[in-house]
Amino acid sequence: MVSAGEVTHGEVRELSQRLPSAKLRTLPPIVEQLEQCGEAALPLLQAMLKGDLWVRRSDKLIVIAERGKGAEFTLVDAVSGVQLPSVTKKKIKKIVINNRLRVQLRDMIARVTLASEDPVIRESAVRNMLNKMSADNVALLAKARLTENDRQVLAVIDLSLAVYALNHSTDRSLRLNALDVIDGSLEPVVANALSAVLAADSSGVDLEKDADVRLKAQQAFSKIQRRIDFYELLEQIFYGLSLGSVLLLIATGLAITFGVMGVINMAHGELIMIGAYCAYMVQLLMPNSIEYSILLAIPCAFVVSGSVGILIQRCVIRHLHGRPLETLLATFGISLILQQAVRSIFSPLNRQVISPSWLSGSLEINPIFSLTYNRLYILVFALIVFSVLQLVLKRTSLGLHVRAVSQNRGMAKAIGIRTERVDALTFGLGSGIAGIAGVALSQLTNVGPNLGQAYIIDSFMVVVFGGVGNLWGTLVGGFSLGIANKFLEPTTGAVLANIIVLVGIILFIQKRPSGLFPQKGRAAE
Amino acid sequence: MKFRQLLTATTATFSLLLSLSTLAADTIKVGVLHSLSGTMAISETTLKDTVLMMVEEQNKKGGLLGKKLEAVVVDPASNWPLFAEKTRELITKEKVDVIFGCWTSVSRKSVLPVIEELNGLLFYPVQYEGEESSKNVFYTGAAPNQQAIPAVDYFANEMGVERWVLAGTDYVYPRTTNKILEAYLRANGVAKEDIMISYTPFGHSDWQGIVADIKKFGSTGKKTGVVSTINGDANVPFYKELGNQGISAEDIPVVAFSVGEEELSGLDTKPLVGHLAAWNYFQSVESDENTAFISKWKKFIKDSKRVTNDPMEATYIGFNMWAQAVEKAGTTDVDSVEQAMIGITTPNLTGGIAVMNANHHLSKPVLIGEIQADGQIETVWETFGTVIGDAWSDFLPSSKSLIADWTAPVSCGNFNTETAKCSGQNF
Repeated sequence: MVSAGEVTHGEVRELSQRLPSAKLRTLPPIVEQLEQCGEAALPLLQAMLKGDLWVRRSDKLIVIAERGKGAEFTLVDAVSGVQLPSVTKKKIKKIVINNRLRVQLRDMIARVTLASEDPVIRESAVRNMLNKMSADNVALLAKARLTENDRQVLAVIDLSLAVYALNHSTDRSLRLNALDVIDGSLEPVVANALSAVLAADSSGVDLEKDADVRLKAQQAFSKIQRRIDFYELLEQIFYGLSLGSVLLLIATGLAITFGVMGVINMAHGELIMIGAYCAYMVQLLMPNSIEYSILLAIPCAFVVSGSVGILIQRCVIRHLHGRPLETLLATFGISLILQQAVRSIFSPLNRQVISPSWLSGSLEINPIFSLTYNRLYILVFALIVFSVLQLVLKRTSLGLHVRAVSQNRGMAKAIGIRTERVDALTFGLGSGIAGIAGVALSQLTNVGPNLGQAYIIDSFMVVVFGGVGNLWGTLVGGFSLGIANKFLEPTTGAVLANIIVLVGIILFIQKRPSGLFPQKGRAAE
Repeated sequence: MKFRQLLTATTATFSLLLSLSTLAADTIKVGVLHSLSGTMAISETTLKDTVLMMVEEQNKKGGLLGKKLEAVVVDPASNWPLFAEKTRELITKEKVDVIFGCWTSVSRKSVLPVIEELNGLLFYPVQYEGEESSKNVFYTGAAPNQQAIPAVDYFANEMGVERWVLAGTDYVYPRTTNKILEAYLRANGVAKEDIMISYTPFGHSDWQGIVADIKKFGSTGKKTGVVSTINGDANVPFYKELGNQGISAEDIPVVAFSVGEEELSGLDTKPLVGHLAAWNYFQSVESDENTAFISKWKKFIKDSKRVTNDPMEATYIGFNMWAQAVEKAGTTDVDSVEQAMIGITTPNLTGGIAVMNANHHLSKPVLIGEIQADGQIETVWETFGTVIGDAWSDFLPSSKSLIADWTAPVSCGNFNTETAKCSGQNF
C-alpha cells in the first residue's frame, strides 16, 4: 500500500522535473501546481525563493545546493531531503527565477506556512498577506483565526481583516468596528486605507458617504499622522547624528594633527583609505571568521595607519616645520603617491569588504521607524573613540606632553620634553585614528583608491568649523553639520543641502575666524 | 675635420629619422584614450586592456592592410580638459589613425572640438544620453532608446510599476536621461505626483534620508520602481542602504543603467539579488562568440576571476568594425574609413549581428537582467531582434524633429526634418 505522503512526494518529484526545461514565462503555472502539493513541496519552494535550487547535470535531479567549504557545493535532494555527495559548481545548473516568481513564491509560502507550528513563522506569513489583502486571503485568514491562540499573531490577523473590511465591506457596524481595531496602528497599509476612506473626488466631494465612518476615520488618521510626524522627526535626528558620527570619526584624527599640532596634512584622507584597506586585508587573511575580522581590523588599522603617519612625519613634515604652505604641497604630493601606490598594488577596482551579519539589517522599533545597525554601531563607536582619545590626552603622560608641546614648544623643550619624539607620536596617534575611521567607513562605502579624497574636505570643514585645537569643538561641529545637512536634505535635495552647509560655514568663518570654540588665552597664539 | 664630423653626424641623424619614419609607416597606430589614474580609472582601465587585447589578436591574424597595429596608450587621468590635450597629442604628434576612448560624457564633450578640428576618428564605447552625432565619432554604446526606454517599458508592462523614482548622480548623463524619461512617462499618462526625481553628488555615500524617502514614496500601495542613473561608485552605499532598510527587490525594484558585472565584482551582492540592470550585453549570455571572448579575456588578463561587461562588448564591436572598414576602404584615411564604416556588420557577443547605421550609432539588442547572488546578471527579458540607436530623442521637444544621417545627400549630424536644414553645429 502506498501512503498519502508518498503520493504527494511523487507528484512533487514529477512536477519538479519539469522546472529545468521551463522558461521564465512558463514557470509560474508549474509553481502553482507545486503549491497544491502543500507541505511536501515547501522545502523546494523555499529553496527556490532563496535561489538555492539547482539541477544536477548528470541525471537532471532537482537539488538544493549550498556553497560549502571552498568550491564544493553540498547537495540535498529537494524532494526527499536526502543528503547527496558534494560536487563542484560545473556539475550543477541553477534554476533562475525573477521578481515576479519571487512575489508568487513568497505569497505561496505564506499561504502554506499559515498553518505552521511556529508562531513566528505564522506571524510573518500573515504580515506578508497584510499588504495584499484579497477575498481569498480574507477567507484563509478568517479560517486561521478560529484556531489561532497566539496573541501577537491574532492581532495581526485582526488588523489585516479590519483593513480589508474598512475598504471593501458595506456593513456599517463592521467598518466602524474595523476603525476601532486599526486605531493607532503605524502600518503604512493602515494609513493608505484611511486616506482612501477620506479621499475626495476631483470636484472636492467626499467619496465616503457615511458621516460617522468619515468622522471616525478622520480622528484615527490625524492621530496616526501625529505619530508619523513624531517618528519622522526622530528619524531625521538619527540620520543627522549618524552623518555627524561619520564626520566626527574622520575629523578626530585631523583634529589632532591639524588642530593640536598645526600641520596641514592633505594626506589625511589617504590614511583613512589605508585603514579601510586594512579591514579588507584582515578579512582576506581570516576568511572563515568574517564576523569578527572587522573587530581585529581596528587595532591593525590603527597600527598600520599610525606607522605610515609616523613615517610621513619623520621623513617629510619634520623638515618643513613652520612652513605651512610647503607642508600643504608636500602632503598633497604624498596623498597622490599613496593613491597611485594603492592602485598599483590592489588595482584601481574597488575591493569588497563583506559586512558581518551583526552589522546588517535594522533594529525595527515600529513599522515606520527603524535604525540600521551599521549606522547605530558607528555612532556608538565614534563616541567611544572620542572619549578614549580625550582620556589619553587628559590622563596620560603622553597627553600631558602633547599639550605642553602644542602650547609652548620652547618651554616644553626647556623642561626636558623630547619634542621631536612627541611630534612623531602625536602625528602617529592622529593618523592611527584616521585608520580606525577607515575601518568604520569600509562598512558604509566603497573601499577603493579614491576613498580618501571624498572625505578630506569634510574633515577639514568640521575641524575648522569646530575650532582649531579644540576636540570638543570637533564633536559639536561634526554633529551640528550632520544634523543641519539631514534637515536640509528633504526640502532642498542632497546636492543643494551640501552647498548650503558649505556656504553657511564660509559665512560663519567670516564672522568668527577661529570657529565655534576658539582657543583662549596663551594657547591661542 | 670638424666639418666632416658634422657631416657624418647630420647624415646619421637624417638616416635615423628616415628609418624611423619608414618604421612608422609600416604600422597602423591605434590611440587608446582611457584614464589609468584618478576617479575613472576604476572603469576605464579595463577598456584599455580590452583594446590592447584586440590589437594583439589582430596582429596575430597578420595585422591590417599588411601592416602591424601599434597601440599608443596615453593617460588623461580622469581630468576632462586633459582629454582634449591628449587627443591633440595623439593625432598631431603620434599621428594615430584611430582613437578608442572616453567614458564619461563630459570627457567626450571635451574631446569633440579637437577631434573635429583635426579630423580624427573616435570610437566611444559607453552608454550615453544621446542628443549628439559627430562625423568624427562612432557611438558603439547604447543611446537612451536602447537602454532607458526599454527598461521603463519593462517596468511598466511586466512588473506593473505605477510610481516612479528617477534617481541619479548630478551630471549631464542622468539629467538628460531623466528629462527624456520624464517626458516619456508623462506622455504615457503617468501623473506628476507619481514621479519623484532625486539627484545626488558624485560619490554620495550617505543614502539614509533618500532611501527612507523612497520607502515612504513606495508605501502608498501602488507598485513603485526606481530607475537609477546613479554613477558607479555611489551605487555600493546605495544598495547597502536599501538592504539594511529592508527594501527587497520584490517590494521596490531598482533598475540601473550604470551597474554592470565589473561594478558588482567589488561588492557583496546578497542584498542586491533581484534588482535589475539594463544593458546590451551580459557576461552570462550563452553564445559561442561570448564564450570565446570570455576565455580570451581571462587568458589575456591572466586572472580567471575577471568579469566582462557591456562597454567591453562595445569596444569589441567597435574595433572589429573599424578593422573591417579599413580593409574595405583599403586605407586608414579618416574620411574613407568613415564612409566605409556605415553599413558594416559584425557579430555581437549575444548571438546577433551589430550594424553601424548612418547616424553613427549601432543596432543593438536590449537585455534586462536580474542580479544574482554570484554577481552575475541573468537575462529575464530581451527585445525581439535589435533596436536602432536614435541619436536625437523623439521625446524631447527640442530634438523631436532632428535626425543624424552621415550619408549623401544629407550628410549632417543634426538635420531638421521640418525645416530641411542642417544647423551646421556639429556637436
